[in-house]
Amino acid sequence: MSANKTIISVLSALALGFVSATACATPHIKHWISASGAKVLFVEDHNIPMLDVAVSVPAGSSFDTASKSGLASMTHHLLDLGTAQLSEDDISRGLADTGAQLGGSFDQDRASVSLRTLSSEVERSKALAIMAQVVQQPVFSDAVLAREKARVVAALKEAETQPASIADKAFQKAVFGAHPYALQTSGEVATVEQITVQDLKDFYAAHYAASRAVVAIMGDVSQAQAEAMAEQLTAALPVSSAQTELPAVVMRIPESEQRIAHPATQSHILLGAPGISRSDPDYFPLYVGNYILGGGGFVSRLMNEVREKRGLAYSVYSYFMPMKQPGALQIGLQTKKEQADEALNLVRNTLAEFIAKGPTEKELLAAKQNIVGGFPLRIDSNRKILDYLSVIGFYDLPLTYLDDFSGKVEKVTVRQIHEAFARHIHPEHMATVIVGAPDALPSKSGDGHQ
Amino acid sequence: MRNYLHCLTLIVTVSLQPVQAEVFEHTLANGLKVVVQEDHRAPVLVQQVWYKAGSMDEITGKTGVAHVLEHMMFKGTKTVPAGEFSRRIAAAGGRENAFTSYDYTAYFQQLHKSQLPLAMKLESDRMHNLNLSAGEFSKEIKVVMEERRMRTDDDPHALLQERMMSVAYQEHPYRHPVIGWMSDLESLTVADARAWYRQWYAPNNATLVVAGDVKAADVFKLAERYYGAIPRQILPQRRHYDEPVQIGIKRLLVKAPAELPQLLMSFHSPVVQHPAQDWQPYALEILAGVLDGSESARLNKHLVREQQVASAVGAGYDSVSRGPGLFMLEATPSDGKTVQDVETALRQEIATLIKDGVSEAELARVKAQVMAGEVYKLDSVFYQAMQIGQMESIGLGSGALPVMLKKLQAVTAEQVREAAAAFLKEDNLTVAVLDPQPLDGKKKTVNEGGQHVR
Repeated sequence: MSANKTIISVLSALALGFVSATACATPHIKHWISASGAKVLFVEDHNIPMLDVAVSVPAGSSFDTASKSGLASMTHHLLDLGTAQLSEDDISRGLADTGAQLGGSFDQDRASVSLRTLSSEVERSKALAIMAQVVQQPVFSDAVLAREKARVVAALKEAETQPASIADKAFQKAVFGAHPYALQTSGEVATVEQITVQDLKDFYAAHYAASRAVVAIMGDVSQAQAEAMAEQLTAALPVSSAQTELPAVVMRIPESEQRIAHPATQSHILLGAPGISRSDPDYFPLYVGNYILGGGGFVSRLMNEVREKRGLAYSVYSYFMPMKQPGALQIGLQTKKEQADEALNLVRNTLAEFIAKGPTEKELLAAKQNIVGGFPLRIDSNRKILDYLSVIGFYDLPLTYLDDFSGKVEKVTVRQIHEAFARHIHPEHMATVIVGAPDALPSKSGDGHQ
Repeated sequence: MRNYLHCLTLIVTVSLQPVQAEVFEHTLANGLKVVVQEDHRAPVLVQQVWYKAGSMDEITGKTGVAHVLEHMMFKGTKTVPAGEFSRRIAAAGGRENAFTSYDYTAYFQQLHKSQLPLAMKLESDRMHNLNLSAGEFSKEIKVVMEERRMRTDDDPHALLQERMMSVAYQEHPYRHPVIGWMSDLESLTVADARAWYRQWYAPNNATLVVAGDVKAADVFKLAERYYGAIPRQILPQRRHYDEPVQIGIKRLLVKAPAELPQLLMSFHSPVVQHPAQDWQPYALEILAGVLDGSESARLNKHLVREQQVASAVGAGYDSVSRGPGLFMLEATPSDGKTVQDVETALRQEIATLIKDGVSEAELARVKAQVMAGEVYKLDSVFYQAMQIGQMESIGLGSGALPVMLKKLQAVTAEQVREAAAAFLKEDNLTVAVLDPQPLDGKKKTVNEGGQHVR
């Protein structure tokens, strides 16, 4: 296709002939840079006559400013609501007629548009032609913007009354302060109401650049078809030199505890602090350590202490959200109001103990058995592989990420986990939010989080 | 013993190659039906055990016991201590959980293909050796109460749905929530859980589904080894309910802390009883697609995009269940509009549909989505196993799936119109409205529905 294309093939364990009882073939990823400048990751697989493709750009809510919070999300939201040649109904009707499904995802870092279609020539061509317009020629009409603003505002007002979203908003604010990761991904009522068509056009032109796009392709197409489609989906994206660097996250936050009134029967409790970025060298020790602390379903320490031993909650969890910049370590649970403080103390003690002493060898072994033994489940469908392709491309992870995954987990030691947690998580620098707290003062309707 | 194969060859005219999913069935002497779906794309498998016992088999005063027992199934057997089931599955690299519905209770593990013996050993053990202790029960019932608070009591939309069901159904146990009423949870004892377990947990009341990178013959052999010795049981007579015919519209209001009102309109509707003879349930499935199958389908196009009377709309219908069905419409009024406005708009859509019918283009669009969905579902072994287990548990059998697909493809525009006319009518209707309440319990002073300026 293009002159500057380089193909980097990742040999799978199977291709190399290492097949043991638990070895699992990882997908054979091909990678190149399209003539448009977009990064492409492709896995060819003809088992099912279908195709999954996703285009991702660094255009998430962290590129918003406080005064225009919600602009990035609104831009993403309006992509498939009208293009230069197609009305919003043409788009959804055209896709439905071929049985294709257009989707998208949006978070602080990333805006994505994805397509699932039958791989047969007629259906695939029609669906890709529509996706190409959606990604590259959105029109952002006044009428559609006015209507969608009203819908987003309605949803935001609703969210402001629900304990889980009130807690989440207060938590992000407490953890990230003035950093754009603190902004709500879909904005605020007041800022969304002020978004203009020109704002959308400017944001799109600045952030939907071909040179920063990642195209993930998975399924029943040839390499030549994949090359053509990557070009078709990105050649007409804007050329932009806009600044995309984020400010640094302040890692040591002041200790805080917010108690917010809510009439719900349960308290929604969140604890956390800035955690790690995708590129952090402590990623694997923290990932495995967190499995032991609160990531491992029914067998984690938090689950055991809070639910299994005492019946204090249905759900209790912890996770690191690795992002471009350090995302949060978040611990969460919901429990009957009257026992909120008991549960909170238990969670704090469990965390403090884990940080102070680290895991046991037995726990580490169990964690490795689960994570390594369960690796094949991470890549057992086209959908899951597509998501890995997008993440590997977007976060500049090595193309051997999947091949290396189990080995990196195996290498983690008790000491590494202990040290990594001690380095990154400091109980005296954590934020706590309790919505529906037992002793919170009543607050104004809809503004409980102020 | 029966041992046969049926092969679903999907007639996907648009695809380049035929899509095949092979399903193998075999019933053990003790009555346990084993269904295997081979899929060799990845070295993984899922085991699911489905019991034909859901909340609809409960009696008044004991609601929630089916789901409580599901929780207790992780609390140990004579030889496997409490929590150990989960630890062993985790140590084998597995993921596991369980779910309870109105119609059935199911347990599953997803694992590397080499771990089927372990999964079968553990799952077969708790089919007949469960250790139900009062101590574990007293802790777990609290967990279930927290689950109810989280999923229902503090979730306005779930609360609206729960209360709507309890009004739409007059006698049928679908009027009780799967998770149970709180006062029943408070009065349930370990003896109730034991009685439930004794009654329903038997090989002849279960279906074992294994899907993934396995060979059917091997699975049947392992199933015989691990499940074969569990004794068959005499099952209680199942109570059949003839839901009294509704004789007038029903309305209810549910107050909960929220910002936006919501409208739910539910119409009593039939479900598939005889897959090859029925036509109405298939027509209703297509109707749901015509109304809400895409962003350009009628409800979103007319109510959200054009009239802007609603900020969100939806239609839902499930043609397969053990008990009587509902065809549901829901809508959230947009700013400045009321629930009356959206109800009027939804009724207008129904009236237009019954008067003018649906176009061939709309019909073809929904069918294209259905057929594409049949291809896409091949990407999820878990979902395919779910579909098999569900069909077996409600009594239609997974062999009905290809028949139902053909019947869906055969639905005509006139049948869609006729089904709408037959069931989307006043006397079948329950209208439920969520009446949003301010968080501080005080009456709202802001000008609701007016312009919002800050």
